[in-house]
Amino acid sequence: MPKKITIEPVTRVEGHGKVTIQIDDAGQVRESRLHIVEFRGFERFVQGRPYWEAPVLVQRLCGICPVSHHLAAAKALDVIVGAGTGLGLTAVGEKMRRLMHYGQFFQSHVLHFFHLSSPDFLFGIDADPAIRNIIGVAMHHKDLAVQGVMMRKYGQEVIKYTAGKKIHGTGAIPGGINKNLSIEERDILLHGADPLNADKMVEWSVAALEFFKAFHKNNKTLVDTFAEFPSNHLSIVRAADGALDLYNGVLRAVDSEGNRILDDVDCQDYNKYIEEEVRSWSYMKFPYLKHLGKEKGWYRVGPLSRLNTCDFIPTPLAQKEFEEFKAYTNGKPNNMTLHYHWARLIETLHAAEEIRNLLKDPDLQNEDLVIKGEKTHKGVGVIEAPRGTLFHHYEINDNDQITLANLIVSTTNNNEPMNVAVNHTAKSFMNGQKEITEGMMNAVEVAIRAYDPCLSCATHALGKMPLQMTLVNSKNEILDQKTK
Amino acid sequence: MANKVKIKIDGKEIITDEGKTIVEAARENGVFIPTLCNFAGALPKGCCRMCTIKINNRFMTACTTPAASGMEVENHTPEIEEFRKSIIELLFVSGNHFCPSCEKSGNCELQALAYRYQMMVPRFPYDFPMKSVDGTAPFIIKDQNRCILCKRCIKTIKDEQGRHYFAFKERGHKLEVILDEQMGKEMSRALARKAMENCPVGSIIYKEIGFAEPIGTRKYDKMPIGSEIDN
Repeated sequence: MPKKITIEPVTRVEGHGKVTIQIDDAGQVRESRLHIVEFRGFERFVQGRPYWEAPVLVQRLCGICPVSHHLAAAKALDVIVGAGTGLGLTAVGEKMRRLMHYGQFFQSHVLHFFHLSSPDFLFGIDADPAIRNIIGVAMHHKDLAVQGVMMRKYGQEVIKYTAGKKIHGTGAIPGGINKNLSIEERDILLHGADPLNADKMVEWSVAALEFFKAFHKNNKTLVDTFAEFPSNHLSIVRAADGALDLYNGVLRAVDSEGNRILDDVDCQDYNKYIEEEVRSWSYMKFPYLKHLGKEKGWYRVGPLSRLNTCDFIPTPLAQKEFEEFKAYTNGKPNNMTLHYHWARLIETLHAAEEIRNLLKDPDLQNEDLVIKGEKTHKGVGVIEAPRGTLFHHYEINDNDQITLANLIVSTTNNNEPMNVAVNHTAKSFMNGQKEITEGMMNAVEVAIRAYDPCLSCATHALGKMPLQMTLVNSKNEILDQKTK
Repeated sequence: MANKVKIKIDGKEIITDEGKTIVEAARENGVFIPTLCNFAGALPKGCCRMCTIKINNRFMTACTTPAASGMEVENHTPEIEEFRKSIIELLFVSGNHFCPSCEKSGNCELQALAYRYQMMVPRFPYDFPMKSVDGTAPFIIKDQNRCILCKRCIKTIKDEQGRHYFAFKERGHKLEVILDEQMGKEMSRALARKAMENCPVGSIIYKEIGFAEPIGTRKYDKMPIGSEIDN
């Protein structure tokens, strides 16, 4: 008998979502969808506000990585105030923003790996949900839990000293930054009491990577085949040499074989290359590369994609890990969904190294915080947020009020890939099954969780995230329902 | 030399010059009485009622009442504090005061008073009025969402001939303080800056300053409102 399974809400991700899975008479998965059920409307209510409010207002989209929105908006406004696309800032302006950004990358990636995903690795996908959570990690793997908490705290401290406070600060302003880093602040971050110092963060980042690699070694089939599918990948890379650059660069996309399908184009022209499709069953849009069309133009973003598009990582320890990562797929793009975690931890190490390097840079104590030039009416800011490429586009009128705002949030870019991953996982785990088990439901969530989606951001929503699964027949009659 | 008068505020004996208001007398003697519409150099009108006190058991506005010998003033009593808190709450619900994205945050007198009187959430329903934002003047944005109609801008921002840049428009619940279109275009940078400084909230914004002042260095980050007077 045909069935429809609904998983609502999806847990251990940020925001609200539900999954529906259609099962036909033969017990085979016919179709599955990840629905995003929140709506917020930031793009509309920012209209009419003074443009310099945008970085502070729009960052309220999110409490996990508000710095990404803060900086993407500030970068767009840099263009509007004539300070270029980031390269035009003063040294202290650019480097303080980078420090803020790497601090956020560090804390966000750590949050995802330790708090949200590590329970799946430590206890198993089908383990008892009563222990398969962060409290279980704290009880059974205390050292690891403490490490996760302290690493996140360190990242938040970096944000505090650059943005003014840990969540929703005001550091980045159009054309620069509103403070530099004092010697005292630098010393706290660089040489703080153990474990809150830069060296320890690098050391613990290496250890987290080793933990994942050991898990990978013992669970090769799961990690390599779970929701593995070919796709395009998109990110920004450093304009000069194609290096991994999380703050500034040009747009690059490759297909599943590594061929360039978007060749280092200017971020200001993003809407020449990217289109967004609306589907009736989700508030989250579906972006795709225009020239490839809806069917072939969708792409993945985030840690896995960044390591697929960039040529190298400009910090030594992360580069060494990158080489190992690339060698695993013989230099070809890596399309294995659970390798997002591997890539994410390499980026965590990169962020720790970058933080340490920046803290030693005397430019951070400079006084020339802001630079401005000739004002324009349109600006685009593109940045690599922890979850992927983030686009902010603003237009203003002669009265300095915003007339248009368009945001393509990282998770939005991963909409189609997450749907594909859900479909793939549903087929693997549910085809021919008569009963939904908790383990099956979690497997679907593991596929979604690998993308570290921020569904609140993506629909521009707020609150906790519940997961419900419902079995219905072809007449939409409910046969079975389970809620987590 | 002015004659001296003796009054008591919350039992504390204060000697001040005859003719001074109770707000002035209190301030000079280390007693904080909160104000919003009252502003140095402008004739007090007592329209916001924040400075409400009790004199000889009657409610009065401290900014308009001259000190007179023998007055027994109640200031920091639970009844009056609760009254003031309710005024702050009413101001919050009657406008659109979104502190998280307001550049006056940390320098805003209304926000600072809300902290001082420990407003957690207003007890009254929000109006969420539809308000406009006028950015047509070169140096100023007038945001009606945040205006508390205190008249400080009307009373203190004038040109050399004494003409007012700001004025009331409409009546009742439609009442707004607007910036004269022509005079706004001719307003100097210095006067625009002064207008922003004189506004107790974020309704008058000098363009493009935005969030240039980092968190931690703003006026009320350093010390709560009134702590410079209280002793």
